[in-house]
Amino acid sequence: MKHKTFFWFFLPTASAMLLFIALPIFSIVIQSLFTPHDAVIIVTENCDPFGCKQETTIDQEATRDLRKSEPLGKFVGLEIYKDRGHLAVNEVKEIWIESNNFTEFKKNIGNLPFYRAMAFTLTFTFTVTPLMLVFGFIIALAVNSLHHNLKGLTIFFSLLPMIVSPLIGSLVLFWMIDSRGIIGEALQYVFEDPDLSLKASTGLTWVMLIVYGVWHAAPFSFVVFYAGLQTLPMDTIESAKIDGASRLQQVWYVVIPHLMPLITFVALMQLMDNFRVFEPIVGFSAEAHAQSLSWFIFNDLGGETRLLSSAATSSVLTIIGVSILLFPVLIRTWRDFNEKSAK
Amino acid sequence: MIKNIMRLVVASAIAVFAAPIFADGHGCKISARVSIVGNEFPAIHAVADGAKVCKGSEVKANLTADHQKINVAGMSGNPAEYTSAIIANSSIVALMNNDVIRPLDDLVAKHGKGLKKNQLITINGKVMAIAFMANAQHLVYRSDILEKAGISAPKTYEEMLAGAKIIKDKGLMDYPLGGAYKAGWNLAQEFTNMYIGHGGEFFKSGSAEVSINNAKGVATLEMLKALSAYMNPDFLTHDSNATSAEWKAGNVAMMNMWGSRMGPLMDPEQSTPTVVKTTTLGDPMTVGGGSTPATTLWWDGWTVAKNISDAEAEATFIAMMNGINPKRLDDKMMPLAVWLIEGFKPGPANVGVAAAARMNAIPYPMLPYQGLLHSALGSEIVDFMQGKEDAATALADVEAAYTAAAKEKGFLN
Repeated sequence: MKHKTFFWFFLPTASAMLLFIALPIFSIVIQSLFTPHDAVIIVTENCDPFGCKQETTIDQEATRDLRKSEPLGKFVGLEIYKDRGHLAVNEVKEIWIESNNFTEFKKNIGNLPFYRAMAFTLTFTFTVTPLMLVFGFIIALAVNSLHHNLKGLTIFFSLLPMIVSPLIGSLVLFWMIDSRGIIGEALQYVFEDPDLSLKASTGLTWVMLIVYGVWHAAPFSFVVFYAGLQTLPMDTIESAKIDGASRLQQVWYVVIPHLMPLITFVALMQLMDNFRVFEPIVGFSAEAHAQSLSWFIFNDLGGETRLLSSAATSSVLTIIGVSILLFPVLIRTWRDFNEKSAK
Repeated sequence: MIKNIMRLVVASAIAVFAAPIFADGHGCKISARVSIVGNEFPAIHAVADGAKVCKGSEVKANLTADHQKINVAGMSGNPAEYTSAIIANSSIVALMNNDVIRPLDDLVAKHGKGLKKNQLITINGKVMAIAFMANAQHLVYRSDILEKAGISAPKTYEEMLAGAKIIKDKGLMDYPLGGAYKAGWNLAQEFTNMYIGHGGEFFKSGSAEVSINNAKGVATLEMLKALSAYMNPDFLTHDSNATSAEWKAGNVAMMNMWGSRMGPLMDPEQSTPTVVKTTTLGDPMTVGGGSTPATTLWWDGWTVAKNISDAEAEATFIAMMNGINPKRLDDKMMPLAVWLIEGFKPGPANVGVAAAARMNAIPYPMLPYQGLLHSALGSEIVDFMQGKEDAATALADVEAAYTAAAKEKGFLN
């Protein structure tokens, strides 16, 4: 393609990306460097139905001019990144000095919100992603070998977990695993422990979220792999059969190499998605045991607190986290691409 | 003399005949748009419906449980999307901090006839909101279970604990206590109640510097944990809705619950017959030998946006006044809340909130940074409730989390 043609061809995409991706990212980076102006606090007499008393409020007149002249707020540089709610630089240093051994260090670090969230997010990402790839692949192979009359119906049912919106899906499961719900009671019966509660233990909550994550995401990899299986080169399979390859060997040496680009694609999407884990935490009311950066953003933006700079900082950290996760996969894709074009 | 009597007769005749007409809204005329944002529960609906009766211009209402996420944004523009926000003592702070509501003194003088003095929420000498209902958490118990256990209604949290032990030991119930202990806002609210009950102060006087890491804070946490031992093990996921559901299912014998939730618990259409029959309201409890009840008083009220024209502000005020018109307090609206409106008669579902006021419970603090502390409490005391760390560490974590947030917001340097 000529450079000029390419330019005009690419222009709509480029402008959309600039407008909807680059600009918002630029905006949150800027916002994460500023905080609101110092509040001028005054003591006033306030009255409500229950009486009058001296209370502290913000002097709006005093801060209004300041806000008008510097609407972005007060420039603080990387202060918010370094505070306790995020990277907690000073706290980590202190813990490092005070801890006697690594176990103690790990335990104390887990007390800081950012690292607590990271522990869960990374565990979630690195268990759900491989598991959903494996399950999706097995389902795809199974459905592919079914009689074609049965295929449509099976595909429909296999896709159901993905069709249900994540919040609804997790809410349904939330009530089923309640200690008075059907799964909760069944588990109590099986383990003969009437006090067993999935929601009360951190470990079991994590297991539950991971199981939900796999249940919800497996149909995605299934549907991609199933589509890939339709393009399998039958000649290669047949020659493998003639060479005496078992079914397992066919899958290992023919099917998987053929699907490799798709596997990379699904893994890429899922790493990104799972790092931003959010709906299950809300749906399962699991914030007592498991948090993620996305949940922090939600929490900062809602309610009476509105920590906008903090939310912006968490967003930037999420982007950095996703980039680090995707880096190896991107490098690999880049190398493959170069090898192919070299040929 | 005769003249005076005649005047009285004429006046009452006007009052009698005008009343139904007024209630229908013919008396409420507005000339500019009104748009309300507020929380979603029956009492708020009743007020918004009253405002919608007004004729002459459009009255819109957006009532949602997520109102706090949208009210500031919806009132910051010029002109503001919402001309009125219905709020409570905690949530007015966000509107004040962002400077989006206007003083109402002139409108009160012009159209505020019939408002009682205690309905006027006054901040720094200016009326900023009109309160229309009160709310508080208080004891509610199952008279049949307590009778079987041979105990009387607890007056203190210590008695509640002792009672729970008896009920459990006698095998009457596995988890006799309930409570909205969901991690986050609800759990922080229970801490606030209990800390106030212990006579604690949240901040160093006159500053935004937090001071809860003390003996009272530790006692508060220990009590919360002791209570949770008698609750459904899933208690950290139970908010007011889930706790109410547990109550309606007959799984709980005693709990500290919102006055505004009592109606449904005693409603035969929503709850089981035995539970309806035996649900009994009690006074708020005290704790640690203190005399201040371990609860907070709340008011709900409405405000008028700042960034709207004076005509819209006046229309909003008139419409909202019609929403809380004493003449609208009929059999349907009366039991929905503890109304601060003239002519309110408390019913059986309201005695708990009335008791809280009588016992001089402390109103939830209207401080600009109380919300930040509430949020820090909600996430940092969870580890203690799960037995992962001790009370002092949890309180130190709360203070550290609050301080980081308060610095960001410009309350601390």
